[in-house]
Amino acid sequence: MRNITLTQALRETLDAILERDPSTFVMGEDIGIYGGSFGVTRGLIEKYGSERIRDTPISEQALTGCAIGAAVAGRRPIIEFMFMDFITLGTDQLVNLAAKLKPIYGIPCPLVVRAPTGAGRGYGATHSQTLERFFFGVPGIKIVAPSNATDASALLQTAVADNNPVLFLEHKLLYPIRFPFPDELPPPMPFGQAEVVNEGDDVTIVSWGYMTALARQAAAKLASLGIGADIVDLRTLAPLDMETVITSVQTTGRVILLEEGPKTGGVSAEIESRILDEAFEYLEKPIRRLASPDFPVPAAKSLEAHCVPTVDEIVACAQEMIA
Amino acid sequence: MDNLLTSYRTMVTIRLFEEAVERLFLEGRVMGTAHTCIGQEAIAAGIAAAMEPFDAMTSTHRGHGHFIARGGEPKRVMAELFGRDTGYSHGRGGSQMMMDTSIGFYGANGITAGSTAFAAGLALDAKLSHSPRAVISILGDGASNQGIFYESLNLAALWKLPVIYTIENNGYAMSTATARGLADTCTADRGKAFNIPGVSADGNDFFAVRDTVRGLLADARSGKGPFVLELRTYRLSGHSRGDPRVYRTREEEQEAWRHDPILRMADALRERGATGAQLETCRQEAAATIQDAIAFAESSPAPDAIGFASSLFA
Ligand SMILES: Cc1ncc(C[n+]2csc(CCOP(=O)(O)OP(=O)(O)O)c2C)c(N)n1
Ligand SMILES: [Mg+2]
Repeated sequence: MRNITLTQALRETLDAILERDPSTFVMGEDIGIYGGSFGVTRGLIEKYGSERIRDTPISEQALTGCAIGAAVAGRRPIIEFMFMDFITLGTDQLVNLAAKLKPIYGIPCPLVVRAPTGAGRGYGATHSQTLERFFFGVPGIKIVAPSNATDASALLQTAVADNNPVLFLEHKLLYPIRFPFPDELPPPMPFGQAEVVNEGDDVTIVSWGYMTALARQAAAKLASLGIGADIVDLRTLAPLDMETVITSVQTTGRVILLEEGPKTGGVSAEIESRILDEAFEYLEKPIRRLASPDFPVPAAKSLEAHCVPTVDEIVACAQEMIA
Repeated sequence: MDNLLTSYRTMVTIRLFEEAVERLFLEGRVMGTAHTCIGQEAIAAGIAAAMEPFDAMTSTHRGHGHFIARGGEPKRVMAELFGRDTGYSHGRGGSQMMMDTSIGFYGANGITAGSTAFAAGLALDAKLSHSPRAVISILGDGASNQGIFYESLNLAALWKLPVIYTIENNGYAMSTATARGLADTCTADRGKAFNIPGVSADGNDFFAVRDTVRGLLADARSGKGPFVLELRTYRLSGHSRGDPRVYRTREEEQEAWRHDPILRMADALRERGATGAQLETCRQEAAATIQDAIAFAESSPAPDAIGFASSLFA
C-alpha cells in the first residue's frame, strides 16, 4: 500500500491500459504535452506518442463523433472532456449515436468518456457543473462515479473493457486527495456494485463521487454523537445497485440522499422514488434529499460554498431524523 | 457493359423501391416515416460503382438508395420499414437507422450531418491501421449548415484523413430552398476555410459521379484527402411521406423530370450499344426484386417482444 492522489492513480491506470491494449487511445483537448487541464494524462505522450495521446482542436462535437467512429471500427477510444460542462457540445453524438448503436443498430460501441465534474474551485457557472443527470435518463450509456483512487482505477479498467459507451466522472476536488492505493493496480471491478463504506444502524446515507467523501466526514462526527451512519457509495449510477441501498434502508429506516447539483431533476430523485416503491414499509421517517440550490454555481468562494451540501448540514439532518 | 447494366438495374431497383415505399405509406401498410430519393439514384449507383468492398460509406436520413446500391438487400430494407424481425435492425430502427458494417455500410442516420464526425473516426481508424480504406460520408445541402460538419472538416484536414464529404445538393432541405438556407450555395466550396479541395459534378449523370468518386477515392487512399464533393441533383419526390410540396411549383418539377437520371442512364447505355431488350430485362428483374421484397417483408414475423433490459447493452 502507498498513498497517491486520484490524479496519479488515474494516470497509472491509463498507462497500464495503453500498454496492454494497442487498440486503446486517448483523445481530447490539450491532453498531450500539456497533460490535460487537471494533469491526468501528463507524461503519457512521451511514452505513447501523439497518435495514441491525441490532441484535438476545440471541437467537442467532432471529437466525440470521431471517437464513436473509431470505436465502431474496432478501437477503444478514451476521450476526455476538459470540463464536464463542455459535454453539452458532445451530447448529440453521445445521445443520438453512441447510445443508439447497440440497442437499435445492433453495433457495439466501446467508448469511454472521462469528464471532470463539480464545484469547489471557484471556476464559475460553466466550469463547475455536475451533469450526470442529463445522461442518467438516457438508456444505453453507463455512468461511473468513483469516490476514491482504488475504485477509480478498478472501474476505469472495467470501463475500457466494456463494449458500451461509459461516462466516467472524476470530481475535481478528489484529484489532489491522497488515497491508500495498492502497489500493483487493483483488478477491474464489475459495474453495479455499491459499497457500504461506513457501517451504522441509525441512518443510511446514499452518495457517489465527492459526496461520499463528505458523507464519511459526517459519519465520523455522527459517530461521536452516538449516531451510526450506513454510507452506501454507489460507485456506478448506471447500472444502479438498488439492492444494496434497499438492504441498508431495511436496517436503518432512515435515508439521506446526497447529491451535488440542483435538487430539481436530480439523480437522487429517482433513487428516492425507487426506495418508496421498494421499501416504503421500512421507512420510519420521510426520505431527506440534500442537494444544491436550483441556481447556477456562482464563482465567489463564499457563494459557491452554499452550492453543495456541507458536512454540517448532513450531521444536522441526521440528528433531526433521529430525534 | 455488364457492370453498367448492373448499375442501371441498381438505379431502377432503387426507383421502384422508393415508389413502392410511397405507395405503401399511402395504403397504410407501412407506418412511421421515410424519405425517398427519387431523382437521386445516379448518386447512389455511381458512388457504389466506384467504391472498393473494403471502403466505408455513411449515409443520411434519405438512405435507402445508398444502402441498396452498396449491397444492402432490398427485402431486408423493406422488412425494416414494415417493422419486421427480418429487417436490418429487427424493426427497432426504421427507415433512418440501419447499418451493415460487413458490407461497409455504416448507417443511415436520422440526425442531419450526424455521421460526419463518425466518418472521420472511421477514416482515422483506416489511417492508423495503414488500411487502403477510404470513407464516403454523404450529407445533404441542408445538413452542410451544421456545426459538427465544420468541426469534422477541420479535423479531417488537420489529420489528412481519407474521407470524402459528399454533398447531395438537391436544391432543398425540406421546404427550404438552397438559396434560402446557404449563404453560399456552392456546396463544393464548403471546405474552403480548411484548404480542402472542392469538386463539383452532375449528380444526375451516373458516369460523372462514378468517375469523379473513383478519382477522389484513389487520391484519398494516397493520402491527399480529405475532399468535399458536391453532387448537383434534384429531389423529384417530396421531402417525406405526405409532403404537399407547397414550396415549389409543378412546372419546376416537370422541368426537373426532363433530367431524370434513369432516362439519362438508359440513353447513355443505348449509345454504348445496349439493346432495348437488355434494358427491359433489367427493369423486369428490378420489378421482380421489389415484388419479392414486399412479399418477404409482409410475410415476415413481427419482432419478438424484446427484453428491453437485456438488449440494451453489448
Ligand atoms: C439535427 C436535425 N435537425 C433537423 C432534422 C429534420 N430534418 C430531417 S431531413 C431535413 C432536411 C435535410 O435537408 P438536406 O440535408 O438538404 O437533405 P435532403 O433532405 O435534401 O436529402 C430536416 C430539417 C433532423 N433530422 N435532424
Ligand atoms: Mg437537400
